[in-house]
Amino acid sequence: MSTGNMNLTLKVWRQKNADTKGAFVTYKAEGISPDMSFLEMLDVVNEGLIHKGDEPIHFDHDCREGICGMCSLYINGHPHGPKNAITTCQLHMRTFHDGEIIVIEPWRAAAFPVIKDLAVDRSAFDRIQQAGGFVSVNTGVTIDANAIPIPKVIADEAFNSATCIGCGACVAACKNASAMLFVSAKVTQLGMLPQGQPERYSRVQAMVAQMDAEGFGNCTNTGACEAECPKEIKMTNISRMNNDFFSAKLFREEGVHEHATGE
Amino acid sequence: MSLDAKIPEGPLAEKWSKHKFNLKLVNPANKRKYDVIVVGTGLAGGAAAASLAELGYNVKAFCFQDSPRRAHSIAAQGGINAAKNYQNDGDSVYRLFYDTIKGGDYRAREGNVYRLAEVSVNIIDQCVAQGVPFAREYGGLLDNRSFGGSQVSRTFYARGQTGQQLLLGAYSALNRQIHLGKVKMYTRTEMLDVVTVDGQAKGIVTRNLITGEIETHSGHAVLLCTGGYGNVFYLSTNAIGSNVTAAWRAHKRGAYFANPCYTQIHPTCIPVTGDHQSKLTLMSESLRNDGRVWAPKTVAVAEQLRKGAIRADQVKEDDRDYFLERKYPSFGNLVPRDVASRNAKEMVDDGRGVGGSGFAVFLDFADAIHRLGKDAVAAKYGNLFDMYYQITDEDPYKQPMRIYPAVHYTMGGLWVDYNLSTNIPGLYALGECNFSDHGANRLGASALMQGLADGYFVIPYTLGDYLATIGPKPVDTKHPAFEQTKQDVIARINKLLALKGTKTVNEYHRDLGHIMWEYCGMARTEEGLTKAKGLIQALRADFWKNAIVVGANEEVNASLERAGRVADFLELGELMVDDALMRKESCGGHFRLESQTPEGEAMRDDEHFAFVAAWEYKGDNQPEVLNKEVLDFEFVHLTQRSYK
Repeated sequence: MSTGNMNLTLKVWRQKNADTKGAFVTYKAEGISPDMSFLEMLDVVNEGLIHKGDEPIHFDHDCREGICGMCSLYINGHPHGPKNAITTCQLHMRTFHDGEIIVIEPWRAAAFPVIKDLAVDRSAFDRIQQAGGFVSVNTGVTIDANAIPIPKVIADEAFNSATCIGCGACVAACKNASAMLFVSAKVTQLGMLPQGQPERYSRVQAMVAQMDAEGFGNCTNTGACEAECPKEIKMTNISRMNNDFFSAKLFREEGVHEHATGE
Repeated sequence: MSLDAKIPEGPLAEKWSKHKFNLKLVNPANKRKYDVIVVGTGLAGGAAAASLAELGYNVKAFCFQDSPRRAHSIAAQGGINAAKNYQNDGDSVYRLFYDTIKGGDYRAREGNVYRLAEVSVNIIDQCVAQGVPFAREYGGLLDNRSFGGSQVSRTFYARGQTGQQLLLGAYSALNRQIHLGKVKMYTRTEMLDVVTVDGQAKGIVTRNLITGEIETHSGHAVLLCTGGYGNVFYLSTNAIGSNVTAAWRAHKRGAYFANPCYTQIHPTCIPVTGDHQSKLTLMSESLRNDGRVWAPKTVAVAEQLRKGAIRADQVKEDDRDYFLERKYPSFGNLVPRDVASRNAKEMVDDGRGVGGSGFAVFLDFADAIHRLGKDAVAAKYGNLFDMYYQITDEDPYKQPMRIYPAVHYTMGGLWVDYNLSTNIPGLYALGECNFSDHGANRLGASALMQGLADGYFVIPYTLGDYLATIGPKPVDTKHPAFEQTKQDVIARINKLLALKGTKTVNEYHRDLGHIMWEYCGMARTEEGLTKAKGLIQALRADFWKNAIVVGANEEVNASLERAGRVADFLELGELMVDDALMRKESCGGHFRLESQTPEGEAMRDDEHFAFVAAWEYKGDNQPEVLNKEVLDFEFVHLTQRSYK
């Protein structure tokens, strides 16, 4: 069924479930077209496995257009593969050369246990968002949208943080498995906007506390997260989060409000 | 049987206000005695789950993805319509209503569409309050752009990632309620059936996608917010996991399926490169604000382009046919999607298609880059250009995009009344999962509007009326219907797991897609549809003999998940063909070659077909029964749509 002429060797992490040990298994991917996406290449391999009655390689994926954040492969030592600023589903086989050996692993972090093969459990990310990644506003009739003018530069900057897709590449890239880039993106988005001000300092404390409880590591400013982020979220988000966090701890513990410091 | 849509009487602008007043309320202290099941966590489901929990109901929310944030609403690019008239260009609730009714080729309900336009303004306010970072102008106010089928700028957007930002807004509201304990979230959990007790929906059966455990969940009402069924075509802009299973299982339990043949083929998608293709990628309709669609004027020039003998930018102005601007001078490149798609197909059928396969036309930004500068174009569309470059290895700043229509959205879906209730009491359908607001063609930037309208601003009112009527008595989970439905699900899984044939589920899915695209796609005929019906029946029979499903139930098993979904598509496909055969007129995205105007536009037959076709399931391999809901047009005069 495939139409291409690339032949590749894959070394793929196979692991039945969280309770069993995994290992690399070698597969041949033959007749691969350079126009295929990386996941389509795996589809071809999986079709071959199913035809033989073997279990296909399990990996998370859904939208296949780089926005849902579901795909999560660690390819040749890089989250989402060798190219910058794209997700695995947007990586195309023309990036590789005929005969290449490709190593494919799951995200590796204590807070992201393997579910099966290349799929991991990222529910820790949801729990961090649940702890405070919102503005407490109920559905209903609120004020007119244009009643809150927001300078374009602020709105654009907030958008740059809001573009995070929650894939976890930052954690996978980090030697400490830190989730600081992920957490700081939401803290920054809401912290920059007027709508997010009332809960700005309680939010950062709640989200950081949950992040720590999930077992993510600390940030040591190596910058791998920013380098590997498919949405190019900047480490300046982490600086902003640290700033808000320290500020909250020093001046804004229970009962002390931000306007007391003149902000 | 006759269908009562329960549209309130009275003037259009007062229907919803009056109806809200007439709906029964549930006492605040009683709300916590009710359980509500919400399946799907996209814009409709996420918004509904959060809003109902805020009101005090106990919500159980389900998604098959690893997180509610992954729902495919996330991929919507261009924007969301709202009748704010911030641009002072003549917009109003009535104009949005009118554009939507006309855009849908007069096959939607006036009452529903007016309500949609009415609540559109609240949606924008709500989203901004949540911190959704919409695009803004330098003065700090919200920016708008135009979309197809309208002549005003009413579309709010967040670069080319509007769906993502709106979904993350709903996700944040949902997260808040999960944190407060008002929503219990079940991720990686797929709904496989609905439980009905004495004709009322009282629960669902699910499969835990990690452990394989089959579970039942009870609730006073069940809301299906499970999206559309575009993946019946195999290749579409939908996510790989998008499927019809929840809606189809409900249909087989008695819920009517309305207008299944109304599918939207989006004009601007990246063309197919080969058989390995697993999905198609949309290039937002917003690109048609600045991009100009063209094909070579002659077959000879097209041939040179296909062979690669010349590049697009080397084609002289005189040799180009900007066919949308030529044929539709007043709407130009911003004609509705169905019109733009058919015209692109016409070019290709005429031998004037471009690209290696010949199945493409150009979307050209050279003029826009010349007029606005590269930076301005990048600021508006940068992420789309990057995506195009990643997929095609061609730089759209330097050469025009190649685009071709692809399946994108399904206007058909579960039949619902004005309250979003299906004909099964207690079973509701919201968002793309229902059929109600877009008629035979959806206008761009209206899907996000409808999903959020249903979830934030309609269901919180209408559900209360039903719950107040049935009362807060706990659901009897010992009722045999729960166990029986669970056993039905297990039996079907075992039947699938027993398939040890020679052909993969994916291969069947691709074959089905070919049939649907060829005979039930952009142009349909009596002959072709009749042929397709036979082909689908044969394919389905073959599937249940020769498919291969590997692995076991008690583990993560993508092969089994896929098999269940494709088996449902194999049934739905036939119903779509039946519906298309029955509807011997053209309307919107449903184009019967036998019914066209002299200019080749869709020609409706209002005398015979101004109705909603609601299909009733009658048992395996039995013909479905057609129920008609007549569409009354009290306020709008039906005319031949013209975008000239």
